[in-house]
Amino acid sequence: MEQGKNKTFVDKIWDFFASVKFAVVIFALISSTSIVGTILDQKAEPAKNLQILTKLFGESLSPILYNIFDKLGFMDMYHSWWFTALLIFFSLNLIICSADRLPRIWKLVKEPLGPVPEANLKKFPIKQEIVIKGNPDTVKDSVKNALKSTLFRFTEIKEESGYQLYAQKGNYSRLGVYITHLSILIILIGAVIGIRFGFKGYLNLPEGDVSHAAFSEMEKELPLGFEIRCDNFDVEFYGESDMPKEYKSWLTIIKDGKEVLRKSIVVNDPLSYEGITFYQSSFGLVPDGLSRGIFIFNVAPAGGQNSTINLRYGDTFQIPGSSVSGKIMNFSPALKIDEHGHASSYANHMDNPAVLIDFFDAGKYKYSGWILKRNPQTWQLPDGPRVEFIDYWGVEFTGLQVRKDPGVWIVYFGCIAMSIGLFIALFLSHRKIWVKLVEEKNNTRVIIGATANKNRTAFERKIDRSMAILNKKQEGEK
Amino acid sequence: MESSVLFGLSTMAYFVAMMMYITYLAFRKPQVGVLATTITIFGFVSQTIALILRWKEFADLSGMGFMRSVPLTNLYESLVFFVWCLIAGYLIIEFKFKIRSFGAFITPVAGLALAFIDLTGVSKEIQPLVPALKSNWLLAHVTMSFIAYAAFSLSFSTGLMYLITKTEKRNELPYIFWTVTFGIFAVIFVAMGIDMVTFKVAVKPDVFVKTYLFKTSFFSTSPIVKILSWILGLTTLFIIWRYGLFLKKVIDKFNVTADMLDEITYKSIAIGFPIFTLGGLVFGAIWADQAWGVYWSWDPKETWSLITWFIYAFYLHGRMIRGWRGKKVAIVAVIGFMAVIFTYLGVNLLLSGLHAYGGS
Repeated sequence: MEQGKNKTFVDKIWDFFASVKFAVVIFALISSTSIVGTILDQKAEPAKNLQILTKLFGESLSPILYNIFDKLGFMDMYHSWWFTALLIFFSLNLIICSADRLPRIWKLVKEPLGPVPEANLKKFPIKQEIVIKGNPDTVKDSVKNALKSTLFRFTEIKEESGYQLYAQKGNYSRLGVYITHLSILIILIGAVIGIRFGFKGYLNLPEGDVSHAAFSEMEKELPLGFEIRCDNFDVEFYGESDMPKEYKSWLTIIKDGKEVLRKSIVVNDPLSYEGITFYQSSFGLVPDGLSRGIFIFNVAPAGGQNSTINLRYGDTFQIPGSSVSGKIMNFSPALKIDEHGHASSYANHMDNPAVLIDFFDAGKYKYSGWILKRNPQTWQLPDGPRVEFIDYWGVEFTGLQVRKDPGVWIVYFGCIAMSIGLFIALFLSHRKIWVKLVEEKNNTRVIIGATANKNRTAFERKIDRSMAILNKKQEGEK
Repeated sequence: MESSVLFGLSTMAYFVAMMMYITYLAFRKPQVGVLATTITIFGFVSQTIALILRWKEFADLSGMGFMRSVPLTNLYESLVFFVWCLIAGYLIIEFKFKIRSFGAFITPVAGLALAFIDLTGVSKEIQPLVPALKSNWLLAHVTMSFIAYAAFSLSFSTGLMYLITKTEKRNELPYIFWTVTFGIFAVIFVAMGIDMVTFKVAVKPDVFVKTYLFKTSFFSTSPIVKILSWILGLTTLFIIWRYGLFLKKVIDKFNVTADMLDEITYKSIAIGFPIFTLGGLVFGAIWADQAWGVYWSWDPKETWSLITWFIYAFYLHGRMIRGWRGKKVAIVAVIGFMAVIFTYLGVNLLLSGLHAYGGS
C-alpha cells in the first residue's frame, strides 16, 4: 500500500499497461472474439450467417442473435472499431511493457561481470569443487585449458590466496525478447502503411479489353496510373477431367500509349508494375460474350494444308481447296450430351467448349456436328476435311486481384526480425562462470560456481566433463 | 514395393507397439519395453520408406519435379506426416531422457490418427494439385507446420502426464481439468469410432465421413439415442474423474519425475513455437501474398493459427516472466494443443475458408 500511495495516476496507468495481466486480457479478448469471427462468415450475405446461427442456436434465437452480432459489428469484425482498438491496446501493451523493462535489462547487459566472494560461489545452481596438485600459478593455465570447450574468455584477478577467473557468454541473448516484441510492432506498422497508402481491389478483364482502373469491394474506381490489357486467357485441365491444372492470363501494361511490359501470369506468379501487383485469382464468361467472341479454327481440306480462319457467331465459312462450307449454329461453354442426344451446358465456365456447325457441300446441307475444343477426335469430318477448334477468343474474362501495398516489405522485415528474435530468446542462453583458485598446502582447491538462464543441464554437463578431464590429467601426471 | 503396403505395415507396427508399451506400463518387464521400442523403430523406418516412395510416386505422376511434389496436399497425407513427426519426436525423447513409459501415451495417438484415416474413408488417392498449391512454399510451409504440430502434441502428452502425477485431490481444479480433458478426448474418440462403424455398415463407404460426425450419437435424429449418448458420455467423464487417481499410481511406479515432464513440455514448446511462427505464420503469409495477393486475410485457418500462437506465447511468458512452473503452465500447454487440433482439423472439418484443401 505504501508504494501505491507514492505513485501518481500516470504511473498507475503505465503499470497497468505494462502488466502481464493486461497482456493476458488482451490476448484473451482478441482470441475469443476472433473465434466468433471464424464461425460467422465475414462480409457474407445475411442469410448465410442466419443459417449458421440457426444451426447452432435454433430457429427462435437466431434472428435476435443475428441482430446483436450485427449491431456489434461481428459480420465484418476484423475491420470493426473495437477490434482495431484491441489491436491498438495490444501494441500499447507491447510498447509500454518493453519500455518498462528494457532500460533495466539494458543496464544489466551493459554491466561488466565482477568477482564474487567465496561464500556466494557456493550458492550458484551449478557447483563444483576439486583439489589438484600444484600451486594456483601453475594450475591456472591447465584449468583454463580444461574449460576451453566452454569457449569462455576469462577475466583474471589476483586474490590473497590465489586467483579468481570469471567470464560470461550470450550476454545479449537477453535482448531477444525485445527484438521479438519490436518485430510485432514493425509488422503492425507495415500493415497500417499498407492499409493507409495502398489499396486492394479486383479487376475482371475480358480478353482483348483494356482498363485504366481496378475496382474496390464497394465498386469504387481505383485508378492505376497506367493501362492493362488482357491479351488472352486460358485454362489447362488435368487430362480429361474438369479439374483445372493452371489458369494463365497474358497481360500487357500500356503506359502513355506505349506497351511497356508483357507477362503471362498464373496462380503463385503475379505481375508487378509501379508498385501495383496483379494476381490471377478467378475467371469466367463475359455476360454478352457471344456477340464479341471470335472463333479461331484451323481448317484443312482432305489431306491438304492447314489455314487459320477467324469467325464470329453465326458466320459462314468455306474450307479452302474444297467445296465444303460450314455455318456456326450454336456454342456451349461446357457441352454435355445426355442419353437422348440432347445437348446442354453443365457449367458456366469454359470447361468443355464446343461449337455446333452445319456443313454443306456445294451449297447442299450434308450434316451437323459438335466440335469440341478438348476432343481432337471431333475435329475430323467424316469425308476428309478437318476443322480444329483452337479457341473462342474474347468470351472469357480473367479475374485479377489487384493490390498496392507499400507496407509489405516492412511486414516481411518484421517477420525476419521476429524469427531471429525468437531464436535468440528461446535457444541462446546467458551463461556465467566463476572459478576460484585457492592455495592449500602446495595444492590448489578449484571452486566453480556457474549459472545459465536456459538449458542449464547442458552447461552443467560441459563443466563436469571439463573437470573430469582435469582430474584425469592430474592422475596421469602422478 | 508400394507405399501403401509399407504404410499399412507401419500402422500395424504402431498398434502392436502401443499394446507393448501399455503392457510394459502395467507389468514393468524391461524386455517388453525393449520390444516396444524395437517395434516402434521398425514402424518408423517402414513409414519413412513409404513416405519417400509416395513422394516419388507423386513426383512421377505430376511431372513437377521433386521439390514441388511434396506429398502433403490433403488430409490423408498430412495425417501420415504428422504421425511420422510425432514418432520421430518421441524416439528422440526416449533416447535422450531414457523414459519408455511415455510411449504408452504417444503410440495410441499415432495409432488412432492412422486408424482415423482408415475408418473415416479419407481419400488415400494421390490427387492432382489445384493451381494455388503449386508453389515452392508448399514444402517449407506445410512440413514446418506439421513438425510444430508434432512438437505441440508431445508437449500436450507430457503436460497431461504432469497434471496426472501432480494432482492428488479430486476437488482441486487441475485434477478436474485433466480428468475432464482426458474424458472428452476419450468420449469423442469412442463416439467417432461408433460413427465410423455404423457409417461403414449402413451407408456407402468411400465417401468422407465429415458430414456424418456424431450423427449416431450426440446429434442423432432419434431422441432416445441422443439422450442416451449424452448420459453415457457424461457418465464416462464422471468415471474418469472418480478413478483418475489410479492413473497417477501407474505413472508413479516409473522413474518419471514431474520435473522431467515439465522440462519436456517446455522444450517441446520452445522448439515448436519458433518453427510454428516461421513455417506456419511467416511462410504462410509470404505464400498467401504470392498466391492470393494478401499476406493476412483473417481466414479461419489464419485466425486459429493466431489463437494457437497467442496461447503458446502466453505459456512462454508465464514461464519466463512469472517464473510459473508446474500445474498452471501445464494446463496452458494442454489448452494450447486443443487449439492446435482445432487449427489443424476443426477448421477444415467445420468451417469454410481459403485453406479448404485439407478437408477431404
